[in-house]
Amino acid sequence: MRLAGSLAVALAALISTAAQAQDTVVKLGVLSDMSSLYSDVGGPGSVIAAKMAVDDFNPAAKGMKVEIVSADHQNKPDIGANVARQWFDVDHVDVIVDVPNSGVALAVNEVTREKNKVFLVSGAAASDLTGPKCSPNTIHWTYDTWMLANGTGKALVKTGGDTWFFLTADYAFGHALERDTTAVVLANGGKVLGSVSHPLNSNDFSSFLLQAQASKAKIIGLANAGGDTINAIKQGAEFGIVAGGQHFAGLLVFISDVNALGLKTAQGLVLTETWYWDMTDANRAFTKRWQVERAGKFPTMVQAGVYSAVTHYLKAVAALKSAADGKAVVAKMKEMPTDDPLFGKGTIRADGRKIHPAYLFEVKTPAESKYPGDDYKLRATIPADEAFRPMKDDSCPMVNG
Amino acid sequence: MFEIFGIPSQALFGQLLLGLINGSFYALLSLGLAVIFGMLNIINFTHGAQYMMGAFAAYLLLQYVGLDYWVALVIAPILIGATGILIERLFLQHLRKLDPLYGLLLTFGLALVIEGLFRNYYGSSGMPYQVPESLQGGRNLGFMFLPNYRAWVIVFSLVVCFATWFAIERTRLGSYLRAATENPTLVRAFGINVPRMVTLTYGFGVGLAALAGVMAAPIYNVSPQMGSDLIIVVFAVVVIGGMGSIMGAIVTGFVLGIVEGLTKVFFPEASNTVIFVIMVIVLLIRPAGLFGRSA
Repeated sequence: MRLAGSLAVALAALISTAAQAQDTVVKLGVLSDMSSLYSDVGGPGSVIAAKMAVDDFNPAAKGMKVEIVSADHQNKPDIGANVARQWFDVDHVDVIVDVPNSGVALAVNEVTREKNKVFLVSGAAASDLTGPKCSPNTIHWTYDTWMLANGTGKALVKTGGDTWFFLTADYAFGHALERDTTAVVLANGGKVLGSVSHPLNSNDFSSFLLQAQASKAKIIGLANAGGDTINAIKQGAEFGIVAGGQHFAGLLVFISDVNALGLKTAQGLVLTETWYWDMTDANRAFTKRWQVERAGKFPTMVQAGVYSAVTHYLKAVAALKSAADGKAVVAKMKEMPTDDPLFGKGTIRADGRKIHPAYLFEVKTPAESKYPGDDYKLRATIPADEAFRPMKDDSCPMVNG
Repeated sequence: MFEIFGIPSQALFGQLLLGLINGSFYALLSLGLAVIFGMLNIINFTHGAQYMMGAFAAYLLLQYVGLDYWVALVIAPILIGATGILIERLFLQHLRKLDPLYGLLLTFGLALVIEGLFRNYYGSSGMPYQVPESLQGGRNLGFMFLPNYRAWVIVFSLVVCFATWFAIERTRLGSYLRAATENPTLVRAFGINVPRMVTLTYGFGVGLAALAGVMAAPIYNVSPQMGSDLIIVVFAVVVIGGMGSIMGAIVTGFVLGIVEGLTKVFFPEASNTVIFVIMVIVLLIRPAGLFGRSA
C-alpha cells in the first residue's frame, strides 16, 4: 500500500515535470468587486479584459498555457486576503490582477509579498501602494490618488478655479484624496475655503451642497467615488450649483459614472483618466470586442489597465520561461519597456509605478455627443513624466530606504 | 441677523427645510412598512428592493415606452404593487400562522434575490433620470434656494400620508381592516373576504414603496443598491415611531428627517448614525416606540 502510494507520488511528479518541460503554465486570478458599487468599474468587465489579453498573446504559440480564475472580494479586506491566500497556497495562482478598493488592495499587497507572487493593481487608487507600502511583488498600473489630484486639481487652479470647497467621503480614501488635492491647490496658488466630511454611501447631499454653496468657492471638489459622486452631482444640478457659477471637480469619476448621470447632468464636468475608449482606433477596436460580452456598456480605464498589465506580465513570463518566482517576474517587467495597443509605450519605475500619460477631459454637452459613449472632449494631455508622483517624494522604502 | 450655536439662522432654516424633505421619503417608506406590519404582522424587508423597483420602473417606462414622470407616478406603483400581490399569494400567505420571524427571513432573502437580478441586468453604477420639465428650476426663498422638485416632493408626500392615515383610521373600509387584524374569524363571519383584503393591503404597502421610488428617481442615483442603503434607516424610523402605528410612522419620519438635517450642520460625520442613537434611547425609555401601544 505504502509502495503503491509512493509510486503514485513519483509518477505524479514525473508527469508534472514532463508537462512543465513542454509548457510554462500560468494561472491568473482576477480579484474584483463582482457584486457591488465598483462592479461596473472593474468586476466582470475586468475578467473579459484579462481573457482578451490572453487570447491576443496567443500563449500556445509560445509554449505557454494560461488559465484564468476570478473571485468577488465583496469590498472586504479580510475576504480579499483570504481569497489571495487560498489562490496562492491551494490553487497555484501566480498573479492577482485588478482589485478595486484600496483597503482590499493593501491587504492583498501584503499577502502577495509574503508568498512571493505577483500583484498587478488596476482598480485601486491609494498612492500608498507605491509609497510607504511599496513592494517588490507589486506593480500599480492604471492610476492613483496623486495623479488624480495633480491632473484635475492643477488644471482647474490654472484656469481660474482658485478657491475650493471639498465634499469628502469620511474614510481613508476620501481623506487621502482631499489631502493630495489640497496640496496641489495650495502649491499652485489656490485657496481652500472649507470642507465637509460626509458618511460613505450618503443618499442626500443637499445639506452639504448648501454649505458648499454658502462658501462661495469657485470649485467644489468631490473627494469621493461611485454612488456618492453621482448623488452629489445629480443633486447639485437640482440646486443650481453649476447655474450659479460654481463648478464641480470630480476627483475620481469613471465613464460608468458619467453614463449613470447622463450628459445633461454631467456636462462640463472636468476629470482625469489615463484611458478613454474613443481616443484611438486601437481603443475603439478593443471596445468593440469587449462589448460582445458587455453589450451597451463602455470599458473603463481600470478594465483597459487589466488588459495592458496582463499583456506585459505574460511577455515577462515568456522571457523568463517561468512564473514561479514573483520577485523575478516583477523585476523582469520593470526591466522591459511596456508596449501594448491600449496604453502604448511606457515604463515601470523601481517603486512599482507604471508610467504613462494622463488626460484631462471635459464631459460633453448632449448636443456635442454624436453617439452613445461619446462623452469626453480632451482638454489637455499630461505627459508621462509629469503625470505621476516623482519617485523622490515617494517615501517608498525600496528606493528611498 | 441672529445666530444659533454659531450657525447663522438663515442657514439653519435652510437645513430645517431640507430635513423636512428627506423626512418625506422616510415618512412614505415607513408608512408602507407600518401598514404592512399593522395589518399583516409581517416585517417586510423587501421594502427597500420594492422602492428600488419603483425607481427602475420609472426609468424603464421612460426609456422603452416613452412614458414620462407623471404617468410613471401612477403606473409604477400599480405594477410593483401587483408584483407585491404575487409575492403575498405565492409565499407570505403560507407564513401567516407562523412567528413573524419567518416572514422577516423570507422577505430579506427575496430582497437579496431581487437586488442581485437587477444588478445582473443593469450593473451597479445606476441609470440616469431627469427632473420632469415642469418642475425644473427653483425659487430663492431668501434663506435658501429651493428647487421646485423638492417643494413638490414635500407637498405630495404630505397629501399621500394624510390620505393613507385617513383611509385606515377614519373610513369604513379602514375599520374592516383594523377589525380583521384584531379578530379575523369574527370579521369573516360578517361576510368579509379577509384573505383578499390582506393581499390587497400588502399590494398597497408595496405600492407606497414604489411611489417613493418614483419620487426618488430624479434626485437620487437609480441603482440596484439604492434601497438597501435606505431600508435600515427606515426600519429605525418605524421602531422609534412604534411598530404598526400609522400616525407614528408619519410623524417620526418627518421629525427624524429634521433631526438628521440638523446633525448635518453641527456634526456631519454623525449624520447617518444619529437616527440609531435615538432608536436606542427610545427603546430604553419606551420599548413600544413613541406612538406604539404597549402589548
